[in-house]
Amino acid sequence: MSATVQVPTPLRRFTGDAGEVQVQGGTVGEALRQLVEQHPSLERHLYGDDGKLRSFVNVFLNDEDVRYLSQEGTAVSDGDTLAIIPSIAGGNAGEVAS
Amino acid sequence: MNKLVLSPRHLQTIQQHAAMTYPEECCGILIGRRAEEGDTATGVVERILSANNQREDASRHNRYVIDPQTVLAAHKEARATGADVIGYYHSHPDCPAVPSDFDREHAWPGLTYLIVSVEKGKVVDSRSWQLTDDRQRFAEETLDPAALGAEVPVAHNRRAS
Repeated sequence: MSATVQVPTPLRRFTGDAGEVQVQGGTVGEALRQLVEQHPSLERHLYGDDGKLRSFVNVFLNDEDVRYLSQEGTAVSDGDTLAIIPSIAGGNAGEVAS
Repeated sequence: MNKLVLSPRHLQTIQQHAAMTYPEECCGILIGRRAEEGDTATGVVERILSANNQREDASRHNRYVIDPQTVLAAHKEARATGADVIGYYHSHPDCPAVPSDFDREHAWPGLTYLIVSVEKGKVVDSRSWQLTDDRQRFAEETLDPAALGAEVPVAHNRRAS
């Protein structure tokens, strides 16, 4: 299946300024994996060291949050659009990171 | 060093939000445009969207969350005017305006993270940061001096209703 991934503006520096990337995959997880295979420097910003999507990274399939579908196992159809949207989180606990 | 330009009025709005929500954290979205010239990127803030901290547990004093639907709506609103979401702001009650490791774990490079330090209800510092591409640290951005010269708003010690 061929789908389009919309790359958020701050991450376009890792896709050669491309705002959209065409990927193949039967599921959301496969599509995202192909995205980072095409653009490996994206991987650390989407996936943690444990290989899982970072908790603040959300994926919308045709404007539906895949968390409320079948998450990364959600089926992708030809022509679908995937959007990567962060939920913004932070806070002052812990040691400083500057 | 990257630079963040925002008007004194915008900075006052952010600082007032930080003071009003003390001792809990506030958060919001920066809409504007970013231009790169050589190694320097300059973000210019055009609008500010204050957001509700959607943490509903006992961590609101040191954690904030803006859900993806709010972020998605902000992106759409920004793009309608040819602008973009260029970053976010939040407050650190009784802590320095310096990113935490938790902030680093939940950040992307290429975005501005403006932090306001509020001590005992009074705004004492505002600093702006961007995550480095290797995710190891935050680099500080220069804050527009005109904005830093703004009068700091009267602090409130109670959360806004």
